[in-house]
This record gives sequence, C-alpha cells and structure tokens, in this order.
Amino acid sequence: METTLIVGACQAGVQLAATLRDLGDSGAIVMVGEEAHRPYQRPPLSKGWLKGELEPDDVILRTRQWFDDRDIELIAGDRVVTIHRDDTGAGVAHTLGGRRIPFTRLALTTGASVRRLTLPGTDYRGVHYLRDADDAIALGPALAEPSAQRVVVIGGGFIGLEAAAAARQLGKDVTLVEGTGRLIGRVVAEPTSAFYLAAHRRRGTEIVLGARLERILGVDASAAGRRGSVTGVELDDGRIIPADLVVIGIGVLPRVELAVQLGLEVDGGIVVDASCLASDGRTVAAGDCAVMPNPYPAGLGGRVRIESVNNALEQAKVAAATLLGEDATYSTVPWFWSDQADLKLQIAGLSAGYDAVVVRGDPDTERFTVLYYRDDRLIAADCVNQPAEFLAIKQALAKGQTIPPEAAADTSVRLKQSFVDAPVAVAS
Amino acid sequence: MSTVVYTADDGTTTTIEGRPGDSVMETAVRNGVPGIVGECGGSLSCATCHVFVAPETVDLVGGPGDLEDEMLDGTAVERRENSRLSCQIKLQDGCEYHVTTPSEQL
Ligand SMILES: Cc1cc2nc3c(=O)[nH]c(=O)nc-3n(C[C@H](O)[C@H](O)[C@H](O)COP(=O)(O)OP(=O)(O)OC[C@H]3O[C@@H](n4cnc5c(N)ncnc54)[C@H](O)[C@@H]3O)c2cc1C
Ligand code: FES
Repeated sequence: METTLIVGACQAGVQLAATLRDLGDSGAIVMVGEEAHRPYQRPPLSKGWLKGELEPDDVILRTRQWFDDRDIELIAGDRVVTIHRDDTGAGVAHTLGGRRIPFTRLALTTGASVRRLTLPGTDYRGVHYLRDADDAIALGPALAEPSAQRVVVIGGGFIGLEAAAAARQLGKDVTLVEGTGRLIGRVVAEPTSAFYLAAHRRRGTEIVLGARLERILGVDASAAGRRGSVTGVELDDGRIIPADLVVIGIGVLPRVELAVQLGLEVDGGIVVDASCLASDGRTVAAGDCAVMPNPYPAGLGGRVRIESVNNALEQAKVAAATLLGEDATYSTVPWFWSDQADLKLQIAGLSAGYDAVVVRGDPDTERFTVLYYRDDRLIAADCVNQPAEFLAIKQALAKGQTIPPEAAADTSVRLKQSFVDAPVAVAS
Repeated sequence: MSTVVYTADDGTTTTIEGRPGDSVMETAVRNGVPGIVGECGGSLSCATCHVFVAPETVDLVGGPGDLEDEMLDGTAVERRENSRLSCQIKLQDGCEYHVTTPSEQL
C-alpha cells in the first residue's frame, strides 16, 4: 500500500491531502506539522485577529472530524528533521519527537519562516514578528494593552501595512518605517504604492520612507533574567521614534532545509516544474516553499515564488494529481488579496515584466484599478475596492483576453464590455 | 447549535450541525461539503462561496450588502434573485438553513 507523507500542515498541506482523497487515493496519508495548533488560516492573523474579533476556532481550516472521515493522520507539534530514501523513492522520515514515519510518496509543503531583523535590540519585550499563530497569540493581547499606545511597524509590505491599519483602528499612534522609497514596492507599481501611502496617512498612520534602521532601543531589565522592554527605534540619521510596541514585517524565507538534505535543486525555494515535481522527478512541493516557472502569461520565462493562499491551494491540487501519476500542470491565474482598514486590494495575475500601466478611475476616490501591460497585452491588475472589476479581469485573463490600453482608462464604459481576445503571440 | 442543509447541483444533500456565529461557507469548508470553495476564508475577496438560498431560508438571511452585491455579478455561475455569498451568512442559534450550491465556483 502507498503511504503519502506530507511535511507541513497548513494551506498547501491540507489541500494536498484533500485532493488526494478527492481523486480517489485510498492509500495512507500522514501529515506532519511543526506547530502545535490544528491547521489554520494565516490571513486573518494580521487582520481580524489583531483587532480582537477572532478566536482560535474561527481560523481553523478543517474540523477534526474531517481528518477522521478521510482517514488522514495529522501529527501536530512535531517536526520532520531527517528523511532517508532508497532508489525506489520510498523512505523513512524521522521527527524531532522521535517518530519514525515510513512512506512511499513524499510531498513538501514546508512554507516559509519569517525573516529576522539582524539589528541590536530585537529581543526586547514588546518586539513582535507576525507569521504564525503563536506570534498572533502573543501580539494580539500586547496590542490590546492600553499601555501600548505608540506602535512602530517596521516594513511597508502587506503584513506591515495590515498590522499598522489594525493598530490604528484600535486607536494607537502608529508609525511605519520602510527602508525603500515606496510601499509594497516588490509587488505593485508606483500608482498603487502612492495610493497606499496617501490612504494610510489619511487614516492617521505616520509613514517614514527610505528609513535606515540603526537599532531597537529598550530599557534594561530590572530583575535578573528578565528581558527589558522596548522604548523605540533609532534610525541611522540619529532620529528616534518612541515605541511601546514594535511589529517587524520584513518578509519571509522559504523553508528548504529538508529539500537541501534530499539533494533537491533549491534556488530561492524548492525548484519545481509546472507539475510541482522537484528536481529528483518524484518529490512534489507546493506553496510558499516552492518556486515554479512563471505560469502566466505563457512564455515570459523565469521562475517565481508566490506567497498567497491561492497559489498554495492551486499548487497543492497539481502536486496531489502528480503524485497519483496524473498529467497535471498549473494553469490558473494567480491572485491575491489584502485588507487594510476599509481598503480591499485584490490583485489578479502577475505583473512581473510589465512595460506599461494604465490607471482606471481616480485613486483619490479610493476606488480604482491599475492595469499592467506587456507588449500591449494585459497581464495583471491591482483593484482597490473594485471587486467587480477584479472578478471580471481575473476571468478575462483566464480566457486569454485583454483590454486595449486606450480603452481601459475610460470609466464610462463598463470594463466587462471592453475585453477582446488577446493577440496570439507570433513565433519569431 | 444551528443546522445547514446543503443541496448540491446533482441533488445530493449534506446536513451539517454548525456553530452559531460561523458562516454558511465556513461550516461547509471545514466539514468538506462539496460545492463551496471559500478560497479567501470569508474576507469577501474571492466569490467562490456562491449559493442559492432556498425559499424557506430567504427571510432568515435577507439580501446581500453592497460589496457582496457587486461581487455576485462576477460569480462563475450566473447569479439569480436568491444568490448570496455564503461567507456573509452567519448562523444564528437554533435556526435551520437550506442552500443550493451552483455547479461551478471560480
Ligand atoms: C499574517 C499573514 C497574513 C497573510 N495574508 C494573506 C492574504 O491576505 N492573502 C493571501 O493570499 N495570502 C496571505 N498570506 C500568505 C498565506 O498565508 C501563505 O501564502 C500560505 O499560508 C502558504 O501556505 P503554505 O502551506 O505553503 O505554507 P505555510 O502556511 O507557511 O505552512 C507551512 C507549515 O509547515 C510547517 N513546517 C515547515 N517545516 C516543517 C517540518 N520540517 N516538519 C513539520 N512541519 C514543518 C510550518 O510550521 C508551517 O505550519 C498571509 C500570511 C501571513 C503570515
Ligand atoms: S469565501 Fe471568499 S468571498 Fe466568500
């Protein structure tokens, strides 16, 4: 009998197990997750959770019954530390807790871990990261403390901006410091960055761009063995921003330890092909830990690692099919969302390699869409408080349609009516 | 508790005891009811939790909010008069809900 071992028990791992069963796999499935929690959703952790609106049961992915009904063994709170395999691909995994798990098929959905700031002072009490449930369980109550009035957020990506928005909504004085010249610069074009800068400032968050951090400041511990508390952050120009609480959100790193140990190709993540197959031709990997050839639109080349729920789910479905010997390739339009205060951002497609952008609507109204083009063809869009446009664009991209750039800006015509079939790329 | 009866496109029904306060979407996804995807976890971002509300449940749940209404225009299966995004329907204690799931989500 086949035994599938899934290392990692979050969005990708749970979906992979679900799809194996949906596709009729009757073999054993064992899923190991390092965290001591039931598999849960991360997105709410930087949103509703920080505002005190949620409790642990609200974020779980599946009930215990679901695992039982499908005969999926979930081992939570233990980490796979070594994996040995023979020539057939079968092998044995060993966990930190001393378990020995034989398997015939292997899936890695190990996700990513938070990038740590390498500056003095990060171990003061009141300095938080936000990646997993334990982080959120610590940060939530700390943020709710009335004494935590001044909050400094380090990093102007999605996590930082979502945390800043939540803290503002709790009535805190919030300063966000970002090292580069604009917000979410890795993912969106200037018009979207500029909008978020203005929108967060309108909501009372101070934002310092191009800020070089020197260190995190704190008072020394009074009692022996106790950590001191954070008092602020110092920038390299000597400026000090006082803080009772600091949230660091400077990105994540894919977890590739096991892949390296198995001798799989690793290059900014576990390298997989469009079938989610790693370089050994039999291990599959999916989610935040994996890098895949850019799926969309065809022909751009290059590999991408996408940190989104959608990507974790879609790759997991492909990986499950691949494990069962089916011919599956990743072919959906990637998408992402981020909720910051009352601003809903929905991104369809991948904007990598764009050569032009069109802004549709007026960003000052807080409802607009930024469309990304390459060679006059629509490849992606950022939609702010425009869910209908987002859904229309996502479906158009899936059908290989585009909107002529000159028509895209005309808000008197409904976007839905402007789609045309994309020109077929001419082979050179 | 509350009860939700899900009828799939092919007519099969699944009955789930739900927690008051959870949504019709969460109750489905956590228990593996087919026909509802709920990709965004209920944050009103994906429109993959589309349902048709049965007549006996319509009064109980009412109509969609503005944002939800806009999103219903973009669901995979064309919206109907009784369409809702099920992540926006929160279960009230002691009530029974009936919904039909479309043949396709996004
Ligand atoms: C605060 C926050 C907010 C987010 N908001 C959004 C959002 O709004 N929209 C969106 O699309 N995405 C969002 N994301 C991203 C999204 O949550 C991730 O892309 C998704 O969780 C990836 O799933 P995954 O299963 O690949 O990896 P992970 O969620 O990282 O899960 C991997 C799991 O594997 C475990 N693991 C790793 N190595 C081992 C081992 N050796 N043995 C056992 N277990 C192991 C880890 O402990 C972890 O639990 C957010 C992420 C965070 C942190
Ligand atoms: S679950 Fe995404 S909109 Fe309802």
